[in-house]
Amino acid sequence: MTAQLLSTRPLPTRREEDFRYADLTALAGVWPVAVETIAVAAGESGALSVVNVGDTPVVRELVITLAAGAKFALHVLNAGSAYGRIAVRAELGEGAEFTLGAAQLGGGGQVLELITNVSHAAPDAVSRQVVRSVVGGQATANYLGKVHVAPGANGTDGSQSVRAMLLDRTATANARPELEIHADDVKCAHGCAVGELDRNGLFYLQSRGLTPPEAKRLMLQAFIAEAFTGAADEAALQDAALKVLGDLL
Amino acid sequence: MLKIENLSATVADKPILKGLSLTINAGEIHAIMGPNGAGKSTLGYTLGGRPGYDVTGGSVEFDGQDLLALEPHERAAAGLFLGFQYPVEIPGVSFVQFLREAANAQRKVRGEAPLSGGEFLKLAKEQAALLRMDMDMLKRPVNVGFSGGEKKRAEMVQMGILNPKLAILDETDSGLDIDALRICGEGINSIMRKPDKAVLLITHYQRLLDYVQPDFVHVLAGGRIVKTGGPELALQLEEQGYEAVAA
Repeated sequence: MTAQLLSTRPLPTRREEDFRYADLTALAGVWPVAVETIAVAAGESGALSVVNVGDTPVVRELVITLAAGAKFALHVLNAGSAYGRIAVRAELGEGAEFTLGAAQLGGGGQVLELITNVSHAAPDAVSRQVVRSVVGGQATANYLGKVHVAPGANGTDGSQSVRAMLLDRTATANARPELEIHADDVKCAHGCAVGELDRNGLFYLQSRGLTPPEAKRLMLQAFIAEAFTGAADEAALQDAALKVLGDLL
Repeated sequence: MLKIENLSATVADKPILKGLSLTINAGEIHAIMGPNGAGKSTLGYTLGGRPGYDVTGGSVEFDGQDLLALEPHERAAAGLFLGFQYPVEIPGVSFVQFLREAANAQRKVRGEAPLSGGEFLKLAKEQAALLRMDMDMLKRPVNVGFSGGEKKRAEMVQMGILNPKLAILDETDSGLDIDALRICGEGINSIMRKPDKAVLLITHYQRLLDYVQPDFVHVLAGGRIVKTGGPELALQLEEQGYEAVAA
């Protein structure tokens, strides 16, 4: 992985789509940010887990290039108590496979966001994105995700599964999964839902003896589990997420 | 064990229970029957503490405690079990994990040591076998993909594991075929028919009472108990209908 400073780039404004819901004040404090580039050679595999559970603003920009037949799995736990922004651009070569599993958890007043731009540049590449956000208090969770299928990238298989859970009516979730398809023979699916914990389920669990926080934790644990399924460090990610959840409830 | 006095409750500001009184002693099995809309399920949910079921009058004493002052999880720890007419599906949470956490949460409140994984599994296996339920089903997410009958049997397995003092079973017999009805009935008897336990069966029909013989049968109509008798009252209701008997 190499890092370079984009010091020439001015501080973004809200007019830029990718920064529409950003915490610009916090962003100004850390701007400019280093762009981290990851290149996976043809036929090779790579993986990265990004765990943000600290109390200072974290802004990361990742550019991941997958050559033909390459595979990369990115897992993100975006759950710091300050601004957390993870932006990912992935460029997929022929037959490449990109997986993103992310959970964003916050309950203060922080903004947590995940911005993805996945480009299917060549045929037969696969991208899977699973994003689960849980926000309470005044927190905001954003997912802005674009899947771009280039002309001629036939056989593309792309999916975005985006769900957010609001613990309080004062919390906010913004989700915008986007597909931009310029090829004919593609399979792309996206689903998006923002909801609250099922009250019937909560009462059911409580009626068996679980306290309200325990009942919520059990349901939320199940809700975010899918984000980390298949990660090499799945158990560690789950544990870290559960710890944050425990503090949230 | 349970003393309900003059209980009134509303759902969405609509009065449903209107001065209901009922006393259940340890060792007794009571059945509450009544027409649709009489308030049977409301009684169960109100005793369980479900949000949205607001008590507007009266009192409920459970084992010497003011039941209505307790949160739903505290009622469970105090020994109350509510069998749901429509058990809720909880995707992604396995029965085993849920029930072990629930059992240990109750034990913690009662000052008992938590069950280890091994102890819990042994208990769960015994109770599942009693209800002829495959242990593999308890490894699946709570009620997800279960048939109506399987959900009700799973409710009885939960009751066996949690070992309550008082079980309020809301239409446990609905959605059961004849075999499942018998299995559930036998489960209720073997788990709950004990000198220190009691059961309140809420039901529409006589058929569950063929397996679980009640000591008392009550007719609930218009939010109150309008008639009380022995097992013969259920038979009379079955023959003559609520209108004739409760009028």
